[in-house]
Amino acid sequence: MAVPKRKMSRSNTRARRSQWKAAAVALVSCPQCRSPKRPHVACPTCGTYNRRQVIEPSA
Amino acid sequence: MPKPTKGARLGGSPAHERLILANLATQLFQHGRIRTTEAKAKRLRPLAERLITKAKRGDIHNRRQVLTVVRDKGVVHHLFTEIAPTFAERPGGYTRITKVGPRKGDNAPMAVIELVTEQLNPVRVSRTAPAAQTAPAAETAPAVEETPAAEAEAPEAPEAPATTEAEASESTDEKKDEA
Repeated sequence: MAVPKRKMSRSNTRARRSQWKAAAVALVSCPQCRSPKRPHVACPTCGTYNRRQVIEPSA
Repeated sequence: MPKPTKGARLGGSPAHERLILANLATQLFQHGRIRTTEAKAKRLRPLAERLITKAKRGDIHNRRQVLTVVRDKGVVHHLFTEIAPTFAERPGGYTRITKVGPRKGDNAPMAVIELVTEQLNPVRVSRTAPAAQTAPAAETAPAVEETPAAEAEAPEAPEAPATTEAEASESTDEKKDEA
């Protein structure tokens, strides 16, 4: 079985992990309550989508 | 003819998927709206709408066909006698899926699928109504009184955004024309 010949340096390990990032969530403002929400998703603050009440507000 | 479903079945096997979708359809007709994952809602929609189409025909053959999916006779009776007549005028599109964001715990994208209860085309009436109301109000009010009115409307904007914004933009346009 093929195995690594040398231990990988901390520098190389950290250089690889530096590309391991989280992407920011895309947000738009709710047309009903102006709070930030995800596009194409019902607003979690006021519970509306296209001004129609879809869910009970969670917060 | 609908394109066959590609990829893995819900729940792992075809039988398990049939059971999941049949249970979801039963719950949908029982409660009117259910909250489930996006993937299940998207698979449920064609099945539920096919069942409603059969219910609209309403004869005994279609009832037996629906009973092979929805096993609960009470739910099937409710579907045929109360749900189907409300969709008599609607040419398909009986259900609506709205995404409601990820679930806490496994981050699964959730959705609400519901039977559409609104009348056909109520949107046109609501769009024409505010324009008809604002036009006579702007004509009667003099140009001098319009500026405090527009300022007074501005703080109210977060509470009732669409109509007041439309009125404010229309009044500013008219002020430009008059000036």
